[in-house]
Amino acid sequence: MVPLSYYLLLSGFLFACGVAGFLIKRNIITIFMSIELMLNGVNLSFVAFAAHWHSLAGQIFVFFVMVVAAAESAVGLAIIIAVYRTRETLNVDQVNLLKL
Amino acid sequence: MTSSLNLWLIPVLPLAGAAINGFLGKKFSRTAVSVVGLFFSGAAFAWALSVAARVSFPHDPELFAHWIRSGGFTVDFAFYLDQLSLVMLLVVTGVGFLIHFYSVGYMWDDPSYYRFFTYLNLFMFFMLTLVLASNYLMMFIGWEGVGLASYLLIGFWFTKDSAASAGKKAFIVNRVGDFGFLIGIFLIIQHFGSLDFTKVFAQVAPLAPETAGAGFLTAIGILLMVGACGKSAQIPLYVWLPDAMEGPTPVSALIHAATMVTAGVYMVSRSHLIFERAPMALMVVAVIGTLTALFAATIGIVQTDIKKVLAYSTVSQLGYMFMACGVGAFSAGIFHLMTHAFFKGLLFLGAGSVIHAVGGEQDMRKMGGLGSYILWTAITMGIATLAIAGIPPFAGFWSKDEILWKAYQANWIYWLIGVITAFITSFYMFRLFFMTFLGDYRGIQVDAHGHARAADGHDGHGHGEPHESPMVMLVPLMILAVLSIVGGLVGIGNRFEHFLEPVFGSGAVAEAAGEAASSAKEYLLMGVSVTVAVLGFILAYVLYVIKPYLPQKIADGLNGFYTTVLNKYYVDELYARLFVKPLIDGSTSILWQGIDRKVIDDTVNNAADGARTISDNARHMQSGNLRSYAGWIAAGSAVVIAFMIWMGVR
Repeated sequence: MVPLSYYLLLSGFLFACGVAGFLIKRNIITIFMSIELMLNGVNLSFVAFAAHWHSLAGQIFVFFVMVVAAAESAVGLAIIIAVYRTRETLNVDQVNLLKL
Repeated sequence: MTSSLNLWLIPVLPLAGAAINGFLGKKFSRTAVSVVGLFFSGAAFAWALSVAARVSFPHDPELFAHWIRSGGFTVDFAFYLDQLSLVMLLVVTGVGFLIHFYSVGYMWDDPSYYRFFTYLNLFMFFMLTLVLASNYLMMFIGWEGVGLASYLLIGFWFTKDSAASAGKKAFIVNRVGDFGFLIGIFLIIQHFGSLDFTKVFAQVAPLAPETAGAGFLTAIGILLMVGACGKSAQIPLYVWLPDAMEGPTPVSALIHAATMVTAGVYMVSRSHLIFERAPMALMVVAVIGTLTALFAATIGIVQTDIKKVLAYSTVSQLGYMFMACGVGAFSAGIFHLMTHAFFKGLLFLGAGSVIHAVGGEQDMRKMGGLGSYILWTAITMGIATLAIAGIPPFAGFWSKDEILWKAYQANWIYWLIGVITAFITSFYMFRLFFMTFLGDYRGIQVDAHGHARAADGHDGHGHGEPHESPMVMLVPLMILAVLSIVGGLVGIGNRFEHFLEPVFGSGAVAEAAGEAASSAKEYLLMGVSVTVAVLGFILAYVLYVIKPYLPQKIADGLNGFYTTVLNKYYVDELYARLFVKPLIDGSTSILWQGIDRKVIDDTVNNAADGARTISDNARHMQSGNLRSYAGWIAAGSAVVIAFMIWMGVR
């Protein structure tokens, strides 16, 4: 049986990749994918703990996360299309109207 | 327990009048305002008369309502009537009613007619509260209230700058005196645990006089006298009264001659048990009174404004009253208070009638020869002049002579100054009379003059020729003239003194016994005071009727001294230099520029500036750049996680 710590290390690695991608990348699509990566990294730790403690709560929680993530991608992609149509760019550095 | 006389009605009636006229008077016609004002002051007078007819002394204090109950210390709304307050009551309501009556004629053309009667009635309420109070605190309420009414009425024509500042001056100078009065009241509470006259005096009575040194009774006495100095315009606080002449003339008659300014004399007389046990305080009273009498009389000689002469005369006569109180002759002081209310009220009303006749002019140099135009005013004022000068058998003679006799018994110096003052009084009063009524008319007789004056907001009525006042103004003059003639007769054979004996104690009786033995001396002194009064008359006649060019020569001869007296000994300037200017400078440089601007304002401004600077810097965090937000979130999470790990490790 694979030890719990392996799963957690992988989960942390995936999350860190997500964070790094979010911070470094300028393309909104890529940033969006980085968010998904972070979510799935967390999901992995949930299922790993669920298996380790023999508790279904973690598994159920992962379903919730997936549902929310699906909804979020639907809304998020719609926003991205709207942004692209109005500003004709997907570079976040140029989408900076939200400031004082 | 004597049956109740409903004393509370007497002050409350004028209060009702003030309330009705004050809240509704703006919409009333002048007639309605007059009816309300006269009805309520007249009703108070009528009720006072009915009380006087029915009362039997001693009359227990009448409780109206509880006020302060704090542990063993109680103060109630209660009214106290004895012979002293009865005299005051009748003087205040009687003279007050006459002056209300007179005001109907005098103030008829004033646009704020209803306001005038509101204030007059309000004044009556407070004055009657003061007189009928059964404890020092209620007396103080009345005391402050009459001060308020006085302020409102002095500044009645508040659009005139001098009137507004005269009102302020009166109020502020009175505050100085009231402060002393208040401290005196505190001392009374501290030592006697009560403010009720009956309780305090019951505790004072068995105490021995503080002959050896000054004790708390002396302190109380002197502090009360400070209060009396403010209200009754004695040295050093007399400066407000001459300025108070800015008010309408009926106000000067009622408040600044007949009633309010005598409140100090009343208060000192009311506290006579305290003063009798504090010889030093009594001496202070006598010295202040004597000095004020002389000092104010000398200023009165050179004044040219008819009302200013009367104002200084009032200060001087009040000095006489305090002199009487100071030598322990309280009943003589109250006697003079009463006769003074008659003849000085009459003098002021007469002066009002003169001012009315010449269209608002107050300068006597522009009068003269008015006797032929306004005969009734001249006759009544002549009677008042004879009365104040101390010519028998007019009222002033009896009371002034009583005071001088008592002063002589105490110390001949008081008597001497009193006689000199009597001479000066006689002189300046006849001077006023001659300058106003005899000789040739020196005013301008064109029609425009009256209107021009009226536009000044003076006691203005547009007129050409001097003309007699309407009946509504003359009747009070005549009634007061009769009182000025016969008012002194109640003093014959010490009847007035015997009437007040239950209040002021048996000291008066002992003196009366001694008086019989030395009646020859009394007649001699009486002769002296009559002689000086006549001398004053002759001197004034010579200077202002026979040789009217002489006074100017004499004034030129005494150049420096004359100017000093004309400028009222520069007392106002001295006070301005000593008290007013340092206070204003201190307030400006320390309180305003120092504390207000530098400390309070700067604290507020710097706090705001600081908040602005910090936010100005912090707002750059919100750049609108998505990745920098993400950076902040990542950094924040890193810090939180680091903190949690650190906590867990520990």
